Formats: sequence, C-alpha cells, structure tokens
Amino acid sequence: MNFDKELDARGLNCPLPILRAKKALAEVASGQVLKILSTDPGSVKDFAAFAKQTGNELLSTAEAGGEFTFFMKKK
Amino acid sequence: MDTKKMAIIATKGTLDWAYPPFILASTAAALGYETQIFFTFYGLQLVRKDLSVLKVSPLGNPGMPMKMPFGPKWFKDINWNMPNAIQAIIPGYENVATALMKQTIANNGVATIPDLRDLCQEAEVKFIACQMTVELFGFEHSDFIDGLEYGGAATFFEFAGETDVCLFI
Repeated sequence: MNFDKELDARGLNCPLPILRAKKALAEVASGQVLKILSTDPGSVKDFAAFAKQTGNELLSTAEAGGEFTFFMKKK
Repeated sequence: MDTKKMAIIATKGTLDWAYPPFILASTAAALGYETQIFFTFYGLQLVRKDLSVLKVSPLGNPGMPMKMPFGPKWFKDINWNMPNAIQAIIPGYENVATALMKQTIANNGVATIPDLRDLCQEAEVKFIACQMTVELFGFEHSDFIDGLEYGGAATFFEFAGETDVCLFI
C-alpha cells in the first residue's frame, strides 16, 4: 500500500504508539496515509479505537511475527 | 460535534500512581478531549520540578510483584516478595525497589513520568494545583513546574461540571 509517512513505534508501550501517531498525523495533509509499525499487542485494539474516535480512517491492520502494521488515512 | 472533556483529580504521590493520570490525560488529549488534571494532597508531588521524589514501595503493597529486571528468564520469574516486617527494617529498601521499577519500565518500552508529563503539557492538558494543599504541606510555588494554575474546589467544578469523563485517582 502507498503511504506518505512512516512511524516506527516498535518497542514502545501504551500509550506511546497512539501519542506518536497523533503527532505524526499532524504532519501530513488530509487524505494522506500514515504507516505505523508497532510491537505492542494492545495497539491493535487501541488504533481501532483511536480511528473511531478521531475520524481518521484505519485502512488496514496486519500482523507478522509479532509486528503489527497499520495504515491510517488522515481525516 | 462538541469537544469532549475529561477532568481528573490526582491524589497519589508515588511513582506507580503517577502513571494513570498522565497516561489517561495524554491519551484523552490525543483523542481530541479538552483535558484538565487537578493535583491535590500527595498528587502535588507529580507537578514538582524535581520528580526524583516519586518512589514506589512494596511495603504494605501485596499486589506488587517483586521481580528482577535483569538476568536469565528463570531468575526474572522469581517473585521476591517478603514479609512486611522484614521489608520495613531494610535500609534503602524503597530506593532499591524504585530503581528496579524504573529499570523494568525502561525494559518494557513504557514512557517515563517526566516524558508523559511533558507530552501532557505539549498537548495542552491543563494542570491545576490545589492551593490549599500547597500551603498545608509548606510548599512554595517555586517548587512546581511552570504552566500550573493554582485554585481550589470551586475552580475544579467550573470545568468538571461540564465534562464527559471525570475520574478520581
């Protein structure tokens, strides 16, 4: 998937992946896509909840070998 | 849609209890909540310039696992809990427990309290210190970080009365 910015939140725990994502989203334009890498298993539910509450769109969630990849489109 | 609001009363002054108010406030701010924390009684320790005052004590805290943050897995898995009477007579016990807790926090990629507090301030979480407790405990305003407002219960309710989430921690 194409993306405009990448955030490496691997090794970080709650709530840092969300806080860093919020910051990174502030640096892209509306409609652009942020790719997020995380190793926090709690981040799967958290990014879904973050998207639901902020109106940013979670395009996809994938897991491979304990690493999670999210694509989020800015509102 | 109206902006959602959250108010927290932070009343605890230990390293472990410093986490819930700062984690919830920074996350709420990231979700777009207008957020305020009212620091009162021991919670005032969380807004001191010097955060080294924050300790964690396993004494009288049966819920706290006492595990080492280093060494092989079998060693890390040992729980070193011991009777309160023994914990109480070991000099520097709290300092050692606090150092071990900080190492565990770092090992797990959990943010430090100074970092979380900075993130809250960057996100414009409003901090209010209870003026009555400041005086009661003999603190000076110079003991606290910049950007604090000082007020009382009525100040808290001015904002808390309009919130969607209101927590006492």
